[in-house]
Amino acid sequence: MSQLVLDKLKARFGAAILATHSDFGDDTALVEPAQWKAISTFLREDPDLDFDLPVDLCGVDYPSRGAAGRTEVVMHLYSIGKKHRIRLKARVGDEDMDGAELESVTSIWPGMNWLERETWDMSGVRFVGHPDLRRILMYPEFEGHALQKTYPADRIQPLVPYRTEEEAGVPLEKQAPFGPDEGMAFGRTANNISRAEVD
Amino acid sequence: MEPLDIDLDEGELELPADPMHLNMGPSHPAMHGTVRIVLELSGETIVKADVQVGYLHRGFEKMCERGTWAQVFPYVDRLNYVSPMLNNVGYALAVEKLCGIAVPERCQWYRMALGELARISDHLTCNGAMAMELGAFTPFLWFVKAREMVWDILEEETGARLTHSFGRIGGMANPPTADFKAMCGMAVGKILGLVEEGEKMLLKNRIFIDRLQNVGPISGAEAVSLGWTGPCLRSTGIAYDIRKAHPYLKYDEVDFDVPVGTRGDTLDRFLCRLGEIRQSKRIIEQCIERMPDEGPINSDDPRVVLPGKTDVYTTIEGTIQHFKLIMEGAKVPAGEVYSYTEGGNGELGYYLVSDGSGTPYRVRIRPPCFQITGGLHRLIEGRMLADIVPTFGALNMIGGECDH
Amino acid sequence: MGDVNRTLALDASEQGYATTRVDALLGWARKYSLFAYPFVTACCGMEFMALTSPRFDLARFGAEAPRFSPRQSDLLWVVGTISQRQAPVLKRIYEQMMAPKYVLAFGTCASSGGFYDNYTTVAGIDKIIPTDVYIPGCPPRPEAVMDGLMLLQDRIARNERRPGIVKPRFDPVQAASGLVQLRRSAKDPSEVLPAIQQEEAKTKALREGGS
Repeated sequence: MSQLVLDKLKARFGAAILATHSDFGDDTALVEPAQWKAISTFLREDPDLDFDLPVDLCGVDYPSRGAAGRTEVVMHLYSIGKKHRIRLKARVGDEDMDGAELESVTSIWPGMNWLERETWDMSGVRFVGHPDLRRILMYPEFEGHALQKTYPADRIQPLVPYRTEEEAGVPLEKQAPFGPDEGMAFGRTANNISRAEVD
Repeated sequence: MEPLDIDLDEGELELPADPMHLNMGPSHPAMHGTVRIVLELSGETIVKADVQVGYLHRGFEKMCERGTWAQVFPYVDRLNYVSPMLNNVGYALAVEKLCGIAVPERCQWYRMALGELARISDHLTCNGAMAMELGAFTPFLWFVKAREMVWDILEEETGARLTHSFGRIGGMANPPTADFKAMCGMAVGKILGLVEEGEKMLLKNRIFIDRLQNVGPISGAEAVSLGWTGPCLRSTGIAYDIRKAHPYLKYDEVDFDVPVGTRGDTLDRFLCRLGEIRQSKRIIEQCIERMPDEGPINSDDPRVVLPGKTDVYTTIEGTIQHFKLIMEGAKVPAGEVYSYTEGGNGELGYYLVSDGSGTPYRVRIRPPCFQITGGLHRLIEGRMLADIVPTFGALNMIGGECDH
Repeated sequence: MGDVNRTLALDASEQGYATTRVDALLGWARKYSLFAYPFVTACCGMEFMALTSPRFDLARFGAEAPRFSPRQSDLLWVVGTISQRQAPVLKRIYEQMMAPKYVLAFGTCASSGGFYDNYTTVAGIDKIIPTDVYIPGCPPRPEAVMDGLMLLQDRIARNERRPGIVKPRFDPVQAASGLVQLRRSAKDPSEVLPAIQQEEAKTKALREGGS
């Protein structure tokens, strides 16, 4: 829509803006992770930009990228007064998600509190300076981060032991409607892995 | 016997000095079964509240990565299960934005009419359930009766009462039935009649008003910084409605108002929803007036839309196209897109990442009530324990959407 | 068991007294005084609301009184998906209920996990607690739920704890009698087969006659 936001960002931060595009009308800036908070502060406080509504924050996992920043943290912002939007992205972490850290922006937008907790819970990105970085959707005993592509979609970590069939006296196993090679194989083209591929 | 009102020396009494901890939920009648609040109480006043969600996390985003783009629709239905049609339309619009498809005019009107019906059902459920949690059972029965009328229409159109899975990429599953306009025209008036009856009963009730007024107030600026959208934000006086601010479908061609509140308290949220039911009625009336009776409902883009049945059975091209679309899924061009619509609770966004294959690489939903629930502790801290019920009820937390 | 249990609970006579067996009387009494604990979590809750509302009116079956204390209830409605995080809560509530207690799995998610075959969903509550009746549907129509409730009441009256599942019946519009016939029998299926075949033949004749 308006090129204004991206132009202002580039003029102010220069090399810290790694790439920009406006595909489908969504202004997007890929930024240096170290400048994450500084850029956020600027976006919030500059009177021409005035991004006051924290829309969304999420992580997208690209295991193939390797050391180049495996997880892409994506933030969407909106300005109610100026009616413009921006998408801010930063790539963090290596193959093992070491160094997947960003500075928390909770102090700028309180609404980012839960979103950062969610991104930590699901994608495994730590937010430095977050007041209360706990898991939010999964339980504390859960190991791993479910939305990483390397986490098998059907690996369960039960909190209560399942009943055995002897205890129940009735069959408990769920019958799949189709075998792995017949019918509409729901998992045939999957963009994540299943337990059978790992174990 | 000793008199009951003997003077006690307070210094001798052993009153607990520590605040009391109270666990509310997740299985609590007012907590919708999926939210747990750990409260620190001083007497009956809430000192600190820790709102915990995630009891209905069903792995929506992970499941989407396992099927085709079209197979996401059933999951989308079950996010905001009070208004599934709005989610259907929102997701369809997001994928269409990524493919660069525009749907025919008839479909746009149809989507709008169905979406507004779903919005009425959403607000009726929220307001009715909140009234019930406060003990007003009769209005709940009337609102549910009105909701049944909405569901009757949707069932006639889609075949399902609640989870329709009716949206398609590039159109809808079926064209409107012959009676659609007549049914809508008849039902909206009746629904409004029931709503007015229930409203009279509630808004002239001193107890009900006292329990809502000035409970859980929030300022506009604070609500925005928390990421609130939808009726909860509009109750603070900020008229941010995506249907007006960034019109999609045909919302720029219809005439409707955005009801806003002034104080941002629970009563304002309740009234905003009632006002929106009236506006939805206006929109539906304009939709059925302007929706053409003839014309295609689906876009003719062969990349995403299934060929007609005759083509599949009689031509080899049709058969192959059908096979490819079903077995491999529609090939959505690589890229990323964020598309937003006005859901029942506010800005319902979909952030989609495609790698050019028939399976989504990443589907991210921006559920409006996740952030709204994230601000709940600000509303109830410092208030009384009993204020949680109306405050929480008026936020319209929907478990499936909030917990993904 | 069979026929003995299916005798009428009360067999009134003209002399002003009735004869029955104690367990049959208890079963009859329990059947119509189910105090429900609605463990409502997800989408099915919307249908549960509809079920308690005037159109479908669960009160007709004597099972409408909700008690949000597990100690005062004897029927646990598990309405909606149970996630791994919710599972301990469900188990604890079940354990707090007093015997005799019944569990009704409302919807596909509660019965088998539905299409949420993933890291967070319990694939059916029977993995955690014993279940008496399964009602399939996503969400089930209120009619199906009533059917499930009647199935459960039937089981209670007969004092039988074998898990039951709601299955489709003939379309009432097409059935010759115009009514849904409840066909619950502890008998061998082969014994009821002739009756079903007769019903089908009737339906067929009706359809052919009409066309």
